[in-house]
Amino acid sequence: MSSVIKGPKDFWKGVAYLSFGAIAYWIARDYSFGSASRMGAGYFPTMLSGLLMLLGLLAVLRGVTRPGVPLGAFAWKPALVITASTLAFGVLLTRAGLIVALLVLIMGSAPASSRFRFEWQVVFMALGLIVFCVLVFVTGLGLPMPLLGSWFGG
Amino acid sequence: MDANLFANLWLGLQTAGSFINLFYCLTGVILGTAIGVLPGLGPVATIAMLLPITFGLPPVSSLIMLAGIFYGAQYGGSTTAILINLPGESSSVVTALDGHEMAKNGRAGKALVTAALASFFAGTVTTIMIALFSPPLAEIALKFGSAEYFSLMVLGLVASMALARGSLIHALGMIVLGLLLGIVGTDVNSGVARYSFDIPELIDGINFVVVAMGVFGLGEIISNLQNETERSLLVKKVTGLMLNKEDFKAIAAPVLRGTMLGSILGILPGGGAMLSSFAAYALEKKVSKNSANFGKGAIEGVAAPEAANNAGAQASFIPMLTLGIPSNPVMALMIGAMIIQGIQPGPSVMVEQPALFWGLVASMWIGNVMLVILNLPLIGLWVKMISVPYHLLFPVILVFCCIGAFSLANTSFDVYFMALFGLAGYLFRKLECEPAPMLLGFILGPMMEEFLRRALLLSKGNPMVLIARPISATMLTLAALIMVTLMLPALRKKREEVFVEDD
Repeated sequence: MSSVIKGPKDFWKGVAYLSFGAIAYWIARDYSFGSASRMGAGYFPTMLSGLLMLLGLLAVLRGVTRPGVPLGAFAWKPALVITASTLAFGVLLTRAGLIVALLVLIMGSAPASSRFRFEWQVVFMALGLIVFCVLVFVTGLGLPMPLLGSWFGG
Repeated sequence: MDANLFANLWLGLQTAGSFINLFYCLTGVILGTAIGVLPGLGPVATIAMLLPITFGLPPVSSLIMLAGIFYGAQYGGSTTAILINLPGESSSVVTALDGHEMAKNGRAGKALVTAALASFFAGTVTTIMIALFSPPLAEIALKFGSAEYFSLMVLGLVASMALARGSLIHALGMIVLGLLLGIVGTDVNSGVARYSFDIPELIDGINFVVVAMGVFGLGEIISNLQNETERSLLVKKVTGLMLNKEDFKAIAAPVLRGTMLGSILGILPGGGAMLSSFAAYALEKKVSKNSANFGKGAIEGVAAPEAANNAGAQASFIPMLTLGIPSNPVMALMIGAMIIQGIQPGPSVMVEQPALFWGLVASMWIGNVMLVILNLPLIGLWVKMISVPYHLLFPVILVFCCIGAFSLANTSFDVYFMALFGLAGYLFRKLECEPAPMLLGFILGPMMEEFLRRALLLSKGNPMVLIARPISATMLTLAALIMVTLMLPALRKKREEVFVEDD
């Protein structure tokens, strides 16, 4: 990258701490600070966010002064696929029911692996896993998850 | 030693020896071994996933099972380390150094037996230690005031920095980040909902289990998928499970030293299995007569760290059971499990729930017996499990995480949050931020605030109260000492070297 940032890991971590700390500090201004003997809701968060910003500043300084290792590639595909299929499970569970949600979760996340090849074997394994989950979690342990959700009148 | 101890242990054995508790103990240790064998699935994620399922169990049974998963994982982790040079758990990283060399020389059976016996011996000694040291520690803890608790937590957090990889700024940064995340939710004192962004689900705060599952479950999956590696099994059939007289002679002293080191380091807040195994290996390399062979398949290099990691894992129960303070993320989950069952962890547990306390202690020894008996005959099964390819395994982990997250409070909101923390967990790994200190901070955040508030209220705002009380002052001094030592250039270099071996 640029010549200013010598240690990207330090630098970006510092930026993250700084921004997180700043947001936390900003929000904490709305809470009463109180005094040391009567700590208000804002006392502890303000202290912590101040400390976090200080650490962030130190890390940024280190990032521009000390050479470090580059960041390395970001695994966009697995990160997006895993996050998206987890979110989809959450959305579908109450609406479409456990069976559909699991099917989407399993078949949706499987391609995240570079070794994934579509085979019927995989589908059978997915179905087996769904049957296992239904039997163990819903029938056996009685967890309140609808097999068919509100979309199917469940 | 008083007669009470035996009465207590007898009570414990009776509790743990009931049919139902034996069953859950067995389930726990088998599950633990399995996840220890499977690389990419650790005890934190597993316990987090199973936590909702234990809601319906009696408190003792649920704790016995969850504990079994934890120490069972130490056994399982060493199996993969020896057979495929891929440590199933971070605590068995050093076992791979000599264990895998032994396997290459056709001594896989011996390495496995050594690991199992060393772990068993360490587990037995540590169980006795927990029984011996917990009552006096709890006695002291009952005298603790707010200032002492606050300082103890500071000490715990500082000690956890010693374990984190990378620079101290970042370990500290992660702790503070965790503390801040822990504050989300209603302030117990003023009733103000902090950092809740008017989202009703956030008013009760972020569930710790969701964070643990996200960071250690999902985040781990994403980063494993980035570096998918071929796992080749070196040994298809393991034979020669007998140790001869020379072997026993060779491992006796290392096992003893490893156990000692592990149980001391395990008690320290922030300590635990991983630090213990590294330290034991380093120590053995220095003192052993056979040190020239270390790294080339020395049996001592398997015995010492294996004893140490099991001792460390079990000793970390001591601060959890006596003070109610977690020394690692797994203990934090155990505390979560106790709270769910309506038990407030802390020194009073021993007095108010003797059957639970001693039952748990006794179950650890029973569990260790089960592990040593089970592990060797079942080695074939574990070998088969190792060969399960990751691309078939990770969707299963994901499914259990999702179901676990949902059933915590029967809301999809927790699933969304888990996904978010999964992404964060991957970023932490990418940026080399250690998630464990953050998780400890997360748990301790609200407690620290409350204890600080009370301490300062009593002292009328004078922070000197933290130094004026001797126990509190001692702990803060210790914390400061650890900080200073960690910053010394010589040690800093050494520490980086130790963690490089981890990669």
